[in-house]
Amino acid sequence: MTLKFTEDHEWVKIDGDIATVGITAHAAEQLGDVVFVELPETGKSFGQNDDMAVVESVKAASDVYAPISGEILEVNNDIVEAPEKVNEDPAGAAWFVKIKPSDMSELDKLMDEAAYKDFIG
Amino acid sequence: MYMNNQGRPTRPETDDMTHSETCTGNRALQIEESLIFEGGDMDGTGVDLPKPKGSGNRLGGLERQSNINLPGLAEPEAMRHFVRLSQKNYAIDMGPFPLGSCTMKHNPRLNEKMARLPGFGDIHPLQPVSTVQGALELIYTLATWLKELTGMPAVAMSPKAGAHGELCGMMAIKAALEARGEADTRIRVLAPESAHGTNPATAAQCGFKVDSIPADATGRVDLDAFREKLGPDVAGIMVTNPNTCGLFERDIRAIADAVHEAGGYFYCDGANFNAITGKVRPGDLGIDAMHINLHKTFSTPHGGGGPGSGPTVLSEALAPFAPIPYVVSGKDGFELVEKRTQDEGQSFGRMTAFHGQMGMFVRALSYMLSHGGDGLRQAAEDAVLNANYVLARLKTEMTPAFEGTCMHEALFDDRFLADTGVDTLDFAKAMIDEGYHPMTMYFPLVVHGAMLIEPTESESKQELDRFCDALLSLAKEAKAGKTSKFKAAPVHAPRRRLDETGAARKPVLRWTPPAGDAASLAAE
Amino acid sequence: MRYLPLNEIDRAQMREVIGVTDIDELFADVPGKTLNPSLDLPDHQGELQVETILGEMAAKNRAAGAGPFFVGAGAYKHHVPATVDHIIQRSEFLTSYTPYQPEIAQGTLQYLFEFQTQVAALTGMDVANASMYDGSTACAEAALMAKRITKRSRFVMSGGLHPHYASVTRTNSELIGDEVIFAPSAPDGQGGILDLIDDQTSCVIVQTPDIFGNVRDLTPIAEAAHEKGALLIAVVTEIVSLGALKSPGEMGADIVVAEGQSIGVSLNYGGPYVGLFATRQKYVRQMPGRLCGETTDAAGQRGFVLTLSTREQHIRRDKATSNICTNSGLCALAFTVHMSLLGGTGLRQLATLNHEAACDAADALSGIDGVELVNTSFFNEFTMRLPRNAEEVVEDLAKCNIIAGVPGGRLWPDDEEMANLLIVAATECVTPQHIEAFATALKEVL
Repeated sequence: MTLKFTEDHEWVKIDGDIATVGITAHAAEQLGDVVFVELPETGKSFGQNDDMAVVESVKAASDVYAPISGEILEVNNDIVEAPEKVNEDPAGAAWFVKIKPSDMSELDKLMDEAAYKDFIG
Repeated sequence: MYMNNQGRPTRPETDDMTHSETCTGNRALQIEESLIFEGGDMDGTGVDLPKPKGSGNRLGGLERQSNINLPGLAEPEAMRHFVRLSQKNYAIDMGPFPLGSCTMKHNPRLNEKMARLPGFGDIHPLQPVSTVQGALELIYTLATWLKELTGMPAVAMSPKAGAHGELCGMMAIKAALEARGEADTRIRVLAPESAHGTNPATAAQCGFKVDSIPADATGRVDLDAFREKLGPDVAGIMVTNPNTCGLFERDIRAIADAVHEAGGYFYCDGANFNAITGKVRPGDLGIDAMHINLHKTFSTPHGGGGPGSGPTVLSEALAPFAPIPYVVSGKDGFELVEKRTQDEGQSFGRMTAFHGQMGMFVRALSYMLSHGGDGLRQAAEDAVLNANYVLARLKTEMTPAFEGTCMHEALFDDRFLADTGVDTLDFAKAMIDEGYHPMTMYFPLVVHGAMLIEPTESESKQELDRFCDALLSLAKEAKAGKTSKFKAAPVHAPRRRLDETGAARKPVLRWTPPAGDAASLAAE
Repeated sequence: MRYLPLNEIDRAQMREVIGVTDIDELFADVPGKTLNPSLDLPDHQGELQVETILGEMAAKNRAAGAGPFFVGAGAYKHHVPATVDHIIQRSEFLTSYTPYQPEIAQGTLQYLFEFQTQVAALTGMDVANASMYDGSTACAEAALMAKRITKRSRFVMSGGLHPHYASVTRTNSELIGDEVIFAPSAPDGQGGILDLIDDQTSCVIVQTPDIFGNVRDLTPIAEAAHEKGALLIAVVTEIVSLGALKSPGEMGADIVVAEGQSIGVSLNYGGPYVGLFATRQKYVRQMPGRLCGETTDAAGQRGFVLTLSTREQHIRRDKATSNICTNSGLCALAFTVHMSLLGGTGLRQLATLNHEAACDAADALSGIDGVELVNTSFFNEFTMRLPRNAEEVVEDLAKCNIIAGVPGGRLWPDDEEMANLLIVAATECVTPQHIEAFATALKEVL
């Protein structure tokens, strides 16, 4: 299992040929209380760094980018129903989407956990 | 000898505050008020209309069958409802309203009286032009004043608000580029990071891509960074001057020259025109378009968020593309040009059904005539003097964002609150308890924890001194560790801090009857 | 100068505190030659003088209330109760700002919440926003919203849409390359709009009562639009009509935009007015403009705040749903106060009076030789075909102090077919004497 991070504060966890994507605890904290999440339709395909989802707090709205190219296999409707979960467990239960990656080599461009920790200082 | 024979006490007998909770939730002059729908008579009405004759029905079989389900209140009930609501609002007429970038100045009542003359308030935009010559004269006269004050050759009067004026200016730029055959290639608009959010939103609405320019260390456009961003794909630049940090863009001529040389246009956001009215004409600085917020600079009331009015001045280069309708002075009086093909121009079209905010035009002209050219210049000078006085007095305890003097608004950051546990929001909310409307917070975005104070020329020295004393006391208290007071504030306002997160997570945007009532209404 | 509290002593003291000797030192960043230009403007004047100047201009205009008046086409002469004008001039409403500090703006926020509720109820929709500039700009914003929802950019506009609304919407849309398709303008209320809807259509924009006054059944248009995945935008320029007519919500509209001027707002020569904007719950996050929502405060009491503001320009900047910043707050208050007095019952009665006045006027005028009533249905406005150019007739009647209506040439300056049409509105302000005077004079000038 591989865990990687983007400069836009998404995490991506690779488990076999499924990539699970969410936003980092740092991002959730910076946004403040999350009030709204919009997720893509399953079956849709995205390129790496395309806008894929939206997450909003009262004072900020952010696009969530696809950390890796591929097709959306599943989305987490729990966080659409209860957006506060993004603040409660961003690295776990509040994952956003599961993607079927089309090019695993794209992961090489992303940071590992130590590099991400350095990145956010 | 007079005896108080009913034993009515004439002095307070206790200072015990432990019983400050009331039975009703009311607090003396602050009366709790429910929604009109809660308990209002759904069959009642507060107007007396003649009885219909019961004749005629030519509605084409589309009569409303469903209930409207809105209560009608008797006049005293309605009056009380809205008066009680009004008492939960802060207003300029009550005290300083130092919202930076909003120019909350005094709203003269003469303006209101003039706008209500039947010859202005009770005329229809489509009645014959021969019957509204005085209205067209007023629009023409106001346009003349605006052109003189800005040094610009043309003005589009129809935009309904500042942001609508921005749209007007950017549409004119788009049309001018189209006429040059460059609309497809010039797609980038430059705007400083400190810009109002409306600037990038407007550019995007016109189909431009927005590219932001960083600020330099003095809070102004970074001229080198700006020059580097110029290119053959640049449509223009949008700059606020004086800018949102309350500073005059001292390189404005160089900016104008550079953007023109690169083939682009210069849009100036005129939100802060009050600082320079009568002192300097934007036309002399090389701009191509600028909206003027009549509800800021020319004293028309903000009315709790509108209506505004945003006439937009245009340079020779953009004037041919101005929107319809507009007023011209002909040999037989004033005429209204309502048709794109009626003149030789290449108007980009129409921005609103009629001629713009006539009610605001009357108020603005009433203000201008009252002040005159001399008074408008004095007002700008006083606005700048007041802001600098506030800056000078507050800098002993608070931290100005930039060195030096300012124009019409003083910008502070939150360094003076470092390590106090109090942030900009807490500081602002504490001002509410002291009887002041807070300043603009967290804007512009280029300054951390920004506090932008615009006192305007309407404040007297005594009022400014009281205001500054209050802020200095608060700053000292914050530094002295009275954090919990700030975190709890406001406690004396009609409401404590409100849960915006809850409001956004489960939006309730209208009243709905309680479940039981809803069923009985539906059954009717 | 009565609006400026500072005197010379204050100014001198303040300059000293600041550390300047001359005010122009504070303007040092202004390019030297451009500072203090000479202005060709008069000096300041007293209230009396200003009243005289403006009073003279006002006196040159024929007020709607000064005699028979039949002009409509998007703005209507209605009676406004005295309470309305009193309330909107209270300092706390008139001189407050957008409610950014909700703790000290509950007055504004609560009436906006009441306004949203009233607008939703009248239009038959789930939610309404806190107002737009006016009906025409609301219409243009609705088209942009439909584009965001459907991700399509072809708009179909009914020929019965007010030509100025069509023009505003088209100006906004064509600028960014969207395609606008117009159905032909047909005074009899027909016109083959259904055939223009296809699977590239984003929305269909239909007005009822239409510009000619015809009452339109939106149900078949809604069905046809929905079948192709398009939205129906219903436009109402006379909001009083909803006291008599089936609401657009009941007929399947997805977005309703309306001009709210008729309730509480004076004619004002075209502005300020109040745009109404309502939609279905599922589209709320795509709406433009301000929204007020209910919440609680730190002590658990009910209160109101501006909400869902992440749609707006101050947060989204170039990704905002619209650049709108100001709404039409004070006019929304006027609407709310007037509507609170009327209630559903009063509005129905008012609508009936309007319809009866229009029926009487239509009967009186269409009985004149050579005058033909075009409509089969109408609410408080109808169209007549005159035997000669209607603009000339209107000018002739104005000389008899009768403001007769809107001539076709004013709205369709390029269309000869429309030149003899006259659009006549009759509200509760029109009396039998007005109608008689109009009919008598019309006979004479024809």
